[in-house]
Amino acid sequence: MATSNRRRGGGPVLELKGLCKCFGGLNAVQAVDLKIFPGDRKAIIGPNGAGKTTLFNVITGVLPATSGQALLFGVNITGWPSHRRTALGMARTFQVTSLFPKLTVLDNVLLAITGLRWSKFVMWRPLSSYRDVHEKARRLLESAGYWDRRDVEVRNLSHGERRQVEIVLGLASDPKLLLLDEPAAGLASGESREMAQFLKRLDPELAILLIEHDMDVVFDVVDRISVLHFGEVVEEGTTEEIRASERVQEIYLGTG
Amino acid sequence: MKDGHAPRRKLLIVGAALLAVLVITPFSGSYVIVLVTHALIFAILAMSLDILLGYTGLPSLGQAAYLGMGGYLTAILATRYQFGLDWTFWVVVALGMLIGAATAAFFGLFAIRATGVYFLMITLALGMCVWGLAYRWNSVTGGDNGIVLPPRPDFGIQLADDLTFFYVVFGFFLASLVMMTILVGSPFGRSLVGIRENELRMRILGYNTWLHKYIAFIIAGAFGGLAGVLWAHAHGLVSPEDVILATSVDALLMVVLGGPGTLVGGALGAGIVVALREYLSTLVPWWQYVLGGVYVLTILYLPGGLMSIPERVRRWRAQSRGAGVEKSLESASH
Repeated sequence: MATSNRRRGGGPVLELKGLCKCFGGLNAVQAVDLKIFPGDRKAIIGPNGAGKTTLFNVITGVLPATSGQALLFGVNITGWPSHRRTALGMARTFQVTSLFPKLTVLDNVLLAITGLRWSKFVMWRPLSSYRDVHEKARRLLESAGYWDRRDVEVRNLSHGERRQVEIVLGLASDPKLLLLDEPAAGLASGESREMAQFLKRLDPELAILLIEHDMDVVFDVVDRISVLHFGEVVEEGTTEEIRASERVQEIYLGTG
Repeated sequence: MKDGHAPRRKLLIVGAALLAVLVITPFSGSYVIVLVTHALIFAILAMSLDILLGYTGLPSLGQAAYLGMGGYLTAILATRYQFGLDWTFWVVVALGMLIGAATAAFFGLFAIRATGVYFLMITLALGMCVWGLAYRWNSVTGGDNGIVLPPRPDFGIQLADDLTFFYVVFGFFLASLVMMTILVGSPFGRSLVGIRENELRMRILGYNTWLHKYIAFIIAGAFGGLAGVLWAHAHGLVSPEDVILATSVDALLMVVLGGPGTLVGGALGAGIVVALREYLSTLVPWWQYVLGGVYVLTILYLPGGLMSIPERVRRWRAQSRGAGVEKSLESASH
């Protein structure tokens, strides 16, 4: 699928060139090169502390890169703040659910939708009078199956439900690239199967970069995997190749 | 915090309460009229602070600074240039809001980068700077003595009459309440609530949260300046007492007591604090301890303020009803 997209033309959605992040003497991310094309489904796996979340934070601009470049649609975004990257078509979810707990599901989604519109600065007109924003919220919530529960405060949802609302929020900005930080973290096996189904239902044009420990979800959702170890990409390949790789076995089982 | 639910009923109750104030006040004694006028002015200040504290989650301890800027501007223009004592009063109102906004725009550059306790400390320090300026800059501010204002403006309507002045202040209060209510329901206002709940998330969603907080800070400063203009004319004297830390603390107490994040809660709190202060200070010399006690008790036992009482009663009732059902089920099973 990835190759067909590549043939269809258009450059990569995201390209990393020798991206590094150091914390003092610790090289959390070392010279990572990565290309993601439209419609790619890619996972980054690696043992705890491999630098996966740090890599995400550098890509999304939460942390500044020490060296190297990140290009989004060919634009060098290395020094950009998070909100400008979002405006260009990048969205992410967090390993620890990050929502607005005391607001309703609908309010959460409305905030996510207005985030990229100029109307976020409008002070003289109630938010509820924006028909198009509400229509979009309705479409997003209906396709995710949350329209009936739109008036429930998020803190009253189950953990699995919150993880899904989190992704709906990520989709509200019409991203071309979605970064998911352990979407199945802390889910029961039934819930994570549901999450995998949920992810597979998403728009096929959307590029997804995924960090995940739950290998069932990874093999179910993605086509290609990069393995990160001590901040370096040590293996890159299709799910089949990674599954067969001895190097990866060593890293995970510590036989090396 | 569940704005948008049963808004019509809430509107009706608030409208009825305001109408009651408007109708009853003229028939009470002249002292009460003055007190209610003071309460309304502080209500504007408290509501402006609520935009920061209740909606954006920024606990500002320097709101008196803007009141002071508006007040001193009014007093200086009136005594030095005899400006603002006829129809130009309206110009002074605009200027007062402008100077409040400008001061906030300047202070915001330092304060907005911080959050939580640090924000509190910086706004406190900036507020003290304004106090120091008022106290020390004798040639402009009159130092410790302050500035005594000439009689109130007369532009066909004589504000010197306390009742007339009450009506005008009521008008300003109502306009402020309406404007701020529209503000908090707007996309911008909702973005402030989002920042209060989870600022990092807002940034990832595409909001420049610094800018939103900065704008909110400036708006709050403008309304603070408006309160200052009215306060100068209401009190007839502007002095460092008005910009002292205690005034900022009072404003914070009003919001916390009434209920942060509700706007009308701040107004309610202003009424109660002004009434308590005036009434208690005639009774006991240690009245400040009573206010302090009220403050502590509210934070400990009623963190949502007085405005959260109906919600609490509803929940308590629902709970006891639930318990009742359980009990009847239990007895049925026996």
